[in-house]
Amino acid sequence: MARITAGVASSHVPLLGVATDQGKDRDDYFGPIFAGYDWTRAWEQAEKPDVVILVYNDHASAFDMKIIPTFAIGCGERYTSADEGWGPRPVPDVEGHPDLAWHIAQSLILDEFDMTIINEMDVDHGLTVPLSMMFGKPEAWPCKVVPLAVNVVTYPPPSGNRCWALGEALRKAVESFPEDLNVQVWGTGGMSHQLQGPRAGLINREWDNRFLDGLIGESDHLRRIPHIEYLRETGSEGIEMVMWLIMRGAMGRKTRALHRHYHVPCSNTAIGHIVLRPDNGEGLDMTGSDHAIAAE
Amino acid sequence: MITENPTHQDIHEYLAELEDIPGTRVFTAKRARQGYQMNQFAMSLMNAENRDRFKADERAYIDEWPLNEEQKQALLARDYNKCLDLGGNVYFLAKLFSTDGIPFAEAVSTMTDMSFPQYREMMMKGGRSPEGLRSIREKR
Repeated sequence: MARITAGVASSHVPLLGVATDQGKDRDDYFGPIFAGYDWTRAWEQAEKPDVVILVYNDHASAFDMKIIPTFAIGCGERYTSADEGWGPRPVPDVEGHPDLAWHIAQSLILDEFDMTIINEMDVDHGLTVPLSMMFGKPEAWPCKVVPLAVNVVTYPPPSGNRCWALGEALRKAVESFPEDLNVQVWGTGGMSHQLQGPRAGLINREWDNRFLDGLIGESDHLRRIPHIEYLRETGSEGIEMVMWLIMRGAMGRKTRALHRHYHVPCSNTAIGHIVLRPDNGEGLDMTGSDHAIAAE
Repeated sequence: MITENPTHQDIHEYLAELEDIPGTRVFTAKRARQGYQMNQFAMSLMNAENRDRFKADERAYIDEWPLNEEQKQALLARDYNKCLDLGGNVYFLAKLFSTDGIPFAEAVSTMTDMSFPQYREMMMKGGRSPEGLRSIREKR
């Protein structure tokens, strides 16, 4: 049986991709950002996930204004890095897991989440930057990826509550897949940032940290934050944090935090990162995390 | 942190709230419709051949698109606040930032009342506080 063993959340600022691709990831500006991911890179090497379900948003790369799916799942064999206007990132192709992805798609639809199915697309920084942050610069990505794209650009995006519920349905879908697979769910985007208008540059360190706090433990109050609260408190692009709630919903009732990192700024954005373990008696205390904690 | 029961939200109240944030144009359906061609124009710059044609003669390339004159002028002038007013979305306009070869943050800074060095300095010091910028109506 496949099982969800961990949840990871991370910002996906495109500049982080540029920094790592150009070898600037340990300079004065980027060093403190990347240092906060060192623990996770060691931990991922020990955890060896088979598949990552990677929740992200496309930034006018695979989808333009012609078609705007609210929730879309990638069921393809392979995805290449998108050209976002300055050439594709020099990263490995992303290998999909069509068997698991189609299983999830069918299960979600039967669970009344009317998913859009994607068989072919390019993936942009929203998906490839988190892979670089968590895995560094390997020849090939060490696991398969099921992309789950969420519309957070054209209003209204899905509610936080709906995202959380999708995460719950995702957990059910994964657990009904017969093959033994170690599956992680990643939620990406955020944290506070506004990229447009005279209010651009907004950062709300206090609110972001309350959001990080809220992901840990048994409370589910984060699912009831309305869109307007994200917009007012965390900037127009802070709304991306609803995608973290899909990951959180997939963790089950209770979580514990294994690692946490917060840094301002990266370009226009507050960097937030957290690693969660579902804590519902699953017995997921793997030697992997002990190894990573020892390495810290 | 405000939370509320996830009951069906009245669409009119929802949309009115989105207009109550200082210095912010939320990308509503209304703006998405108004700026459809403008954003698709920007999207076309994802293609290297189109970028070259645009750079060679911006006006001629823009004239191939069914935009109104105001939208064309805003794009040619790189007046990004005006572009937002006319339905542009920052993720689409970003294709123009990269065609121009300027950093995303620099393009963003042109929408504020700061120079790029001042904007960078603000970000290094922790960014812009939401204090007083949450709501026009409630002045908080």
